[in-house]
Amino acid sequence: MLASILASGLAVGAVYALIGITYNTMFSTSRVMSFTAGQLGMLGGVFGSLFVLRLGLPVPLGLLATLSCCALLGVVTEVVAVRPVLKSLDQHLYVLSTLAVALLIQHATALEWSTEPQPFPRLVGIGAGIWDEKYWLPVVACAATILGLEYLYRYTLVGRAFVAIAEDNFAARALGLPERNLRMASYALAGAVGALAGFAGGQLLLAFFANGPLLNFYGFIPVALGGLGNNRGAVIGGLLLGLFQQAANFMVGGIFSSVAVFTLFIIVLLARPQGMFGAPAARRV
Amino acid sequence: MAKLWPFLALLALALALPLTGNEYWALIATRACIYWVLVAGLNLIVGFAGQLAIGYVALLAIGAYTASVLTAGTVMEPLPAFAALGIAAAAGAVAGVVVGLPALRLRTFYFAMTTLGFATIVTQITLAWQDVTGGGIGIPGPSLPAPMDTAWGFYYFCLGVAVVCTWATANLARSRFGRALVAIRDSEVAAEASGIAKPRLLALVFLLAGALAAFAGGLFATLQTYITPDAFTFDLSLLFFIAVLIGGRGSILGPLLGTILLTLLPEVAAPLAAWSTFLYAALLLVIVLAIPGGIAALLDRSGRRPLPEDRAIRPQEAALRTLIGERGERAVLSLKGIVLAFGGVRAIDGIDLDLRQGEVHGLIGPNGSGKTTTLNVISGYYRPQEGAMTLAGAELSAGRPSGRAARGIARTFQTPRMIGEATVLENVMIGATVEGKAGFLEALLSLPRQRAEERVMADRARLALEAVGLGGLAEARADRLQHSELRFMEIARALMLRPEFLMLDEPAAGLSVEEIKRLGNLIRVISRQGVGVLLVEHHADLIFDICDRVTVLNLGRVLAAGTPAEIRVHKEVVSAYLGA
Repeated sequence: MLASILASGLAVGAVYALIGITYNTMFSTSRVMSFTAGQLGMLGGVFGSLFVLRLGLPVPLGLLATLSCCALLGVVTEVVAVRPVLKSLDQHLYVLSTLAVALLIQHATALEWSTEPQPFPRLVGIGAGIWDEKYWLPVVACAATILGLEYLYRYTLVGRAFVAIAEDNFAARALGLPERNLRMASYALAGAVGALAGFAGGQLLLAFFANGPLLNFYGFIPVALGGLGNNRGAVIGGLLLGLFQQAANFMVGGIFSSVAVFTLFIIVLLARPQGMFGAPAARRV
Repeated sequence: MAKLWPFLALLALALALPLTGNEYWALIATRACIYWVLVAGLNLIVGFAGQLAIGYVALLAIGAYTASVLTAGTVMEPLPAFAALGIAAAAGAVAGVVVGLPALRLRTFYFAMTTLGFATIVTQITLAWQDVTGGGIGIPGPSLPAPMDTAWGFYYFCLGVAVVCTWATANLARSRFGRALVAIRDSEVAAEASGIAKPRLLALVFLLAGALAAFAGGLFATLQTYITPDAFTFDLSLLFFIAVLIGGRGSILGPLLGTILLTLLPEVAAPLAAWSTFLYAALLLVIVLAIPGGIAALLDRSGRRPLPEDRAIRPQEAALRTLIGERGERAVLSLKGIVLAFGGVRAIDGIDLDLRQGEVHGLIGPNGSGKTTTLNVISGYYRPQEGAMTLAGAELSAGRPSGRAARGIARTFQTPRMIGEATVLENVMIGATVEGKAGFLEALLSLPRQRAEERVMADRARLALEAVGLGGLAEARADRLQHSELRFMEIARALMLRPEFLMLDEPAAGLSVEEIKRLGNLIRVISRQGVGVLLVEHHADLIFDICDRVTVLNLGRVLAAGTPAEIRVHKEVVSAYLGA
């Protein structure tokens, strides 16, 4: 039992962590928490099933198509729901505009795809039991994303520009960085990361339109606990959440495990609103 | 009294509805009434207090299940329907506070998320707790006794409840509680400085909204006659939330129209039923991007009427004297050895300061010398690491900005903090929130003491506006005022408290020469009535004209203190700040 708790816990944890990174990637360049993060994860599964299973594309091509579609959707989100409300960030209109876009995505999927969970194809066909690919794929995807992002942020010019914008928007713009293009690029990147989460976790979560809000919530918890914009915190938080949730799942049953997760989340947040690794809020007056 | 006729017209329409003789319309109209009972409460949270509580369907479900379980008798002897509805409302009030409390600690998006999470959890519990809720199979809803057991009888009952809710929340919206909620939404800092305690106020509103939502839930279960967890989808939550936003923030009529509109929409466009949530979401996006003010902004024609062009600010000394009165004993507010460091930076490094009533005390110094920081320590926004503050001999505890108004300390801000969507008069009335005696229930029911108090406050606010010279602008929306007018409006808000001490943070910034002269005279008169004034300013002329004492700060320390004449010739001050 312990082995299967570990396997499934790490697997869903890795998916949550990736969604957390999706939130962070969007947040870093725009200071906006977007409700679309979970929907991107949901679409990763739906597009994967559509391209590979229904249209019969080879897996690498299907993955590429899935990532591109979601990256495009990320850019659309930025243009439609984020850019128009950035001027008045303090009014929190982004909460409403991104929620609206997220719901549009979710209901369009429900109407055009299916309201029932659809099967997701096997991708590589290696492993069985607790070493089944559905358990290790998300972990590998998560590790690859982290390494890729570290490389991007540390060793490439574009990545450093991202960091500069995240660190100090005004200073970065004063230096002549193309803030708007970088923001769009980061939303595309976030779309791809979210899609990867859904694609890698597709065999666990299936291609199901209602995964969106679920991933939204469970992907947000690692961000909230790890501190906004902190990817390492998101990964640690995501994996811990996955393990805790699966352990509770096995011991007290599915429904009460979500109650347990929710209660724990609220208690931790009330005790430390800025997250376990976050800095306290800035001055107000 | 705000415009009453739209409400009366709606009521007349609703009362005449049985003339259609079509029971299908009774069903839809009853549903609209029930939704409105919930939305009326939610409106206070979302529209007035600006807290994005999205998952309110959870409270509807709690109310519906509580009422149904108690009348169905699955756990105990069945109760009469009205007792069950009452208990449901009480349960909802408790749940409303539990769901709402995180709003006191968490930022917007976090709070929205927790309410969403709560909605999911409640649905899952209703599914899982089969012995009580019937799980997926469901449970019959309560049935009301005659004459409410027919379609039209029940409709009239729900209409009655809806009317009472409209009346009560409108009363609350117009009271000091309603103004305080909007102040929390638009300018939390100004709200705190005016003595508004956010936790207590929000808890009361969450209590009320929770009770209304759960009561609506009980009625909803009655209307459905049989409830399953499927009846409480997230789509319903969305409908409530969007109804408030379509209606517009800070309005009662707008959200009421929004609720009616959204209830009718799927009925009128039956082929679109499957797309209804999609449409709600699209509507939400359009509203946020195109008309953030909602229906209320479209209806509000008076808000667009031009203000007079050639208006000048002319303070009235007589009005000012009547407003503040004369103070007999003169007290001292004193700071001893205050030290405040942000990380390694010692923003204030051991400051002593005595403010006396009846005097204007100038605080000057270069940028970053700690002037505003000192002011923020006095008004409780910063908690110094060392040092003590006393007011009239009694300790003034560090921190606690919302406790300052009760001690008679009022202030203005470097950038005017105003509530743009409220009128100038309402903005000023915020200043005396701490003096309100009438309680939440009195405000809700608009009892005589509440009404009398409102009249007194409105009169005093008019007097304060006359005093600073804005008498003609009382009914204008604050966000249409010029910068200089906002500065004087902030002073009027501070004077509304009839303070013992008044702290002004760069009140002359952005004013014309003529206005600065009037401001100087105004401050002078205020101090002569016995108010202690602390003036942070960069205009050296103003300082030396009107101050009785001046303290010069540099790098967080007192560089010099004394009369204006002494300071003007102080060597170090001249070289560090004034220039030769």
